[in-house]
Amino acid sequence: MAPEEIREVIIEILGDIAPDEDLGTLDDAIAFREQLELDSMDFLDIVMELRKRYRVQIPEDEYVQLASMNSTVSYLTPKMATIAK
Amino acid sequence: MAEAYDTLIIGAGMSGLAAGIRLAYYDQSVAIVEKHKTIGGLNSFYRAGGRDYDVGLHAVTNFTPKGAKKGPLSRLLRQLRFQWEDFALAQQQQSRIAFPGVHLAFSNDIRLLESEIARCFPHQIDAFSNLRSQVLDYDDLDQASFEISTRKVLGQIFSEPMLIEMLLCPLMWYGNARVHDMDWGQFCIMFRSIFLEGFARPLRGVRLILKHLVKKFRSLGGQLLLRHGVEKIVSENGRAVGVILEDGREIQAKRILSSAGWVETQRMLGNQDEVVGDEAGQLTFIETITTLNCQPSQLGLNDTIVFYNDSDRFHWQPPQHELCDLRTGVVCSPNNYLYDDAQQLPEGVVRITSIANFEKWNGLNEADYRREKLLWYDRSSDSAVRFVPEFRHHAIDTDMFTPKTIKRFTWHDNGAVYGAPQKRLDGRTQLENVFVCGTDQGFVGIVGAIISGISIANQYCLK
Ligand SMILES: Cc1cc2nc3c(=O)[nH]c(=O)nc-3n(C[C@H](O)[C@H](O)[C@H](O)COP(=O)(O)OP(=O)(O)OC[C@H]3O[C@@H](n4cnc5c(N)ncnc54)[C@H](O)[C@@H]3O)c2cc1C
Repeated sequence: MAPEEIREVIIEILGDIAPDEDLGTLDDAIAFREQLELDSMDFLDIVMELRKRYRVQIPEDEYVQLASMNSTVSYLTPKMATIAK
Repeated sequence: MAEAYDTLIIGAGMSGLAAGIRLAYYDQSVAIVEKHKTIGGLNSFYRAGGRDYDVGLHAVTNFTPKGAKKGPLSRLLRQLRFQWEDFALAQQQQSRIAFPGVHLAFSNDIRLLESEIARCFPHQIDAFSNLRSQVLDYDDLDQASFEISTRKVLGQIFSEPMLIEMLLCPLMWYGNARVHDMDWGQFCIMFRSIFLEGFARPLRGVRLILKHLVKKFRSLGGQLLLRHGVEKIVSENGRAVGVILEDGREIQAKRILSSAGWVETQRMLGNQDEVVGDEAGQLTFIETITTLNCQPSQLGLNDTIVFYNDSDRFHWQPPQHELCDLRTGVVCSPNNYLYDDAQQLPEGVVRITSIANFEKWNGLNEADYRREKLLWYDRSSDSAVRFVPEFRHHAIDTDMFTPKTIKRFTWHDNGAVYGAPQKRLDGRTQLENVFVCGTDQGFVGIVGAIISGISIANQYCLK
């Protein structure tokens, strides 16, 4: 998966776990937490959805990498390079 | 022998079902084992004399409107992947705290309670704002700050003792496992869930909520095993490996989540009560349910819920010598919600709850038990009609349950409704793969128990 596709995947996941959020205006450089009403339970769901959908394993001490869209995409790019969308 | 489940959940109440959904959704093999023949636990349903009854449901607390992004209700809907519409929540009309000579009305808009306090206790309105901001600031689930004395905190904020009692009354009634005083953490949770969020109810009652929970759990591949009482948790080298059922069968599991209660779970782990040390909860109730041949509003009963107390001081403790203590009580009319399209329950219903003594009720022989039920039906109604209009001449049916009934169908020690006074916020037990969720973990009520199931499942079974 290319970075742009990974971004789409994340948007899809966010849309599922927080259906009331407007994701069209998301700023990729700013932390999700500052733009969206996401709590730690929702963050866990990003991790879990990635595992469920693409079998990507993210160790608990690396959850911090998922702070913003940019950091998430660059963290996932090597991990998801060989996964098909 | 069948393969071990990833997680075995004990109890198909609100917390067990919610935990089950989370785990099944993320592809674990999960079974819920439930001792009773049906689901729901402390908030189940039954049919008697041709009528449908809810066991507990007065109100779903924590109401927030569609689109709200904060608060336990929206969090649980997101986590369980439900739509806001699924629970079909209709808001309360208006409720009331009724003390001698002073009545405070409140609704799902906190401004009503504020204006009522300004009217009845004009010197206390700043103190009330102060309390409100302290409650909003509270965000600490560590055991030490959770257990601060609420009476002490309120005593420092307010100078009118009666206002303190009036604020404590509904919050203790709907979620305090401790006698007399309340944990500050619990107070803050209840204050938000009742005064800042609010009351709502689906027209179809708790059946609708349970139907959604169980349907989702099953559709995700979860197994629900009714009439499967757990006798014992089996462990090897400090880890649980499964359970033995009451009929002797064994089920293996890699992890166990118990919603049966702390003391009850300790017993399954083979610890006798002396070793456990902790006490089970004492607070339990009788509830009378009267069906009317008219709507309560036709009798002038328009409140959704009335929390009454007949003196300046609110006594939150089980009676020592009598079967019940009727100085305080709750009157709920499930008709008095703002149902969509002016829908309404077909019959009027008045539910009255009073504090009761488990030992006394449990010790009666069958004949006395029946007689005392009739007697206390009348007495608790007599007590309630001091604060709400008389309704009994419109009664066409009555039902009633006691602490003995609660114990018989949920197996909670003492028929305790809000569990043990000491909560186990971290959900851990002495075994590294056995956890507790639900009432004894710390969150009570329908929404609270669901949140508890979700968060313990997230914390220990998913990460
Ligand atoms: C009369 C009454 C009125 C209430 N009114 C309201 C209200 O209006 N609003 C509100 O929000 N809350 C209300 N509540 C509280 C609410 O119902 C509870 O807080 C909530 O349902 C607790 O859920 P739980 O999952 O923690 O526990 P439970 O529902 O008790 O779940 C535990 C389950 O474990 C099962 N179990 C026990 N032992 C075993 C065993 N050995 N093996 C297998 N299974 C076992 C039990 O049968 C039970 O189903 C009321 C409760 C009562 C009793």
